[in-house]
Amino acid sequence: MPHKILLLFAHPSIRRSRVNRALLDAASAVAGVTVHDLYETYPDFAIDVDREQRLLLDHDAIVCQHPLFWYSAPAIVREWQDLVLEHGWAYGRHGRALEGKTWMQAVSTGGREGAYREDGLNRYSIDELLRPFEATAHLCHMVWQRPFVVHATHVAEAAEIDAAADAFRARLVALRDGSPVRVVV
Amino acid sequence: MAADALLVQSATYLGAAVVSVPIAERLGLGSVLGYLVAGVMVGPAVLGLVSGAEDVMHVAEFGVVMMLFLVGLELQPSKLWAMRGAVFGLGGAQVVATAAAVALAAVAAGLGLAPAFAVGLILAMSSTAMVLQALAEKGLLKSPAGETSFAVLLFQDIAVIPILAVMPLLAPGGGGGDHGAGAHADGGTLVDGLPGWAAALLVLAAVGVIVLGGRLVMRPLFMAMARLRMREIFTATALLLVAGTALIMESVGLSPALGAFLAGVVLADSEFRHEIETDIAPFKGLLLGLFFIAVGAGIQIDLILARPLAVAAIVLAVVAIKAAVLYAIARSARLNRSDALLTAIALSQIGEFAFVLIGFASQNRILAGDLAALLTASVALSMLTTPILLILFERFASGAETADDRPADAIDERNRVIIAGFGRVGQIVGRLLIGRGVPVTVLEHDAEQLEALRRFGFKLYYGDARRHDLLEAAGAAEAALLVVATDDKETTTEIVETARRNFPGLKIVARAYDRPHAYEVEEAGADRVVRETFEGGIEMATESLRVLGVPAFEANRLGRIFRRHDIETMDVLRVVRKTGDRDAYGLAFRQRREMLSSVLTRDVQTVPGTDDSGWDAETLRRESRGEG
Repeated sequence: MPHKILLLFAHPSIRRSRVNRALLDAASAVAGVTVHDLYETYPDFAIDVDREQRLLLDHDAIVCQHPLFWYSAPAIVREWQDLVLEHGWAYGRHGRALEGKTWMQAVSTGGREGAYREDGLNRYSIDELLRPFEATAHLCHMVWQRPFVVHATHVAEAAEIDAAADAFRARLVALRDGSPVRVVV
Repeated sequence: MAADALLVQSATYLGAAVVSVPIAERLGLGSVLGYLVAGVMVGPAVLGLVSGAEDVMHVAEFGVVMMLFLVGLELQPSKLWAMRGAVFGLGGAQVVATAAAVALAAVAAGLGLAPAFAVGLILAMSSTAMVLQALAEKGLLKSPAGETSFAVLLFQDIAVIPILAVMPLLAPGGGGGDHGAGAHADGGTLVDGLPGWAAALLVLAAVGVIVLGGRLVMRPLFMAMARLRMREIFTATALLLVAGTALIMESVGLSPALGAFLAGVVLADSEFRHEIETDIAPFKGLLLGLFFIAVGAGIQIDLILARPLAVAAIVLAVVAIKAAVLYAIARSARLNRSDALLTAIALSQIGEFAFVLIGFASQNRILAGDLAALLTASVALSMLTTPILLILFERFASGAETADDRPADAIDERNRVIIAGFGRVGQIVGRLLIGRGVPVTVLEHDAEQLEALRRFGFKLYYGDARRHDLLEAAGAAEAALLVVATDDKETTTEIVETARRNFPGLKIVARAYDRPHAYEVEEAGADRVVRETFEGGIEMATESLRVLGVPAFEANRLGRIFRRHDIETMDVLRVVRKTGDRDAYGLAFRQRREMLSSVLTRDVQTVPGTDDSGWDAETLRRESRGEG
């Protein structure tokens, strides 16, 4: 049975995004994907915890798509985590609501891939920078997937953006139809 | 013995009031009619319990003085100045036109020219006591009809002085007779026997004493009395002020009521205004009641019974003439039909000054004794017609505004939060706080609203939150917070002022109508002021941006930036406003508006994530290209 995917989308200024908008359009076209725009739904940051938890329960895989801001997610993702992933529900002795679901990060970065290396401008790899999310998924008994990453958005040409969108679509389809993969890095 | 007689008299008058006023109220007739009927009942014609109604009348006239003092308290000098056109225009027109019309009618009825003119002037007067009391009871003082009536009454009060001066000239033999200038003051006055210029100087000096004394002496005095924290001494000071003012005016032959009014105006912008008001109001009410009882007791029933047709003809003719003239004047002042009719009816009776003027005129042998008696009976009787006409007006002509003088509910709970006003705004505040588990005590002054809300299960108390005793009863002394969510600007300001003065520890969150009102409420002592349409307007702007395609978060953020900018503008303008420089205020406002557009435009450029960087993308992109 195909997995239902919840796409948590977070971009504070979607109108001026090129890459993330292209990725979002691609994702919207994939059957079985529920697109959930956090900034559009909660412009005042007043996140409806009950509704978010219901959404999570209704889906098998959660993809969190956002640009990488300061080596992390835009502010609303953090707010979402703080409020929605409640103790006793998502984690803790009795917190098993998300057990077995899949979590994947889909991020875009302005810098080239080479900038995210030990010897690069940013000194750490994307995998390393996303450790807090990986640890979160782990604490909530979810299955962590390797992140989907688009690099060098500053200089991306239209063809490169199209290619990224195709890759993202393929990744989502695989997530929908395949079985979750436990990764050990 | 004398003390006994006083007790008997007091008991009789109070008893009559206690019996008849509630009955009149229950029947929807208003208190004035109740007092008048009570007077007739205890007067010589029916039960004969009281005789010397004139003595009582003299004391009771002090009620009129107090009422005018209270009216003055409501009227800041600037407001009074703004009314000058209405006072002299409408008031002057009313007195001249009514006097002329009545005089013509009197001539037609066979009276000589001079007496007819005197009768015209006398009957042109309306009853300040009755009109203001009746309008206040119906909450109509601030309505267009109320303000017009007040302007006319004010002119009449002023006009009494020249009328007293002109009267002797109408006497047979022109200016003969004994014309003690202040014949209504029993003991003669200081100006008696003085040459004209000296008398004028003395009058000016008296007015000067009241104005300057009010400014320089009374304020510090009230301050000191307030610090004593002894209520009765504060009350005594207020009463002393009124009595003293009346004495000064009387001693120079001016109307004491006019003097009290002036004293009231002088204190109108003092911080003790509401305090003085609440202290004096009960005395005023009682004395006015006494006044109306005395008028009732003075009605010469036997004379009326002896010449019923003559009295009825005079009363009907005068009331009709006055109402017609007033209606025409009110319409010319652009009042609508209903307001003009109300004004005409309210002022259609003959006033208490007529008693004084009739006495003065017969003293000067202008009016024959039997005519004077007939007129006196007509004056008293005309006062009976007004409450009846007003009832008819309410039944048939007005928008059926019901009199609202139901007593405040007893409040049996003590909560940390009190909400005054439970309309559109108060309900939101209340529902949110109650939802959060914060118990609130709700005060509401609209009986219909109250009943409707009670059906929805809200617990509310009826009462006027402007009264500090009601706030006290609601637990304001121990409460942490008062939310003033009343709809009416002046009511809100008054509640804040009263609460701030009486309960210094109480935090006050108040609803303001607009920016100027927000400043006003701040100055009255509110800790937080919320402009009632501010957030709603911002939300409409935000929703409009969204409809235009702006994403929710961006629209919301623009709204919040606007909000902050506007609150800063309030701070900036507050300072400029204090200087009172209108041009500077306008300039500052325009500057702030220009600044706003630059603030909102800049934000669009600095919202993070232009393109997918999270930083200032345009610069970064150029940098990246340079590297590449």
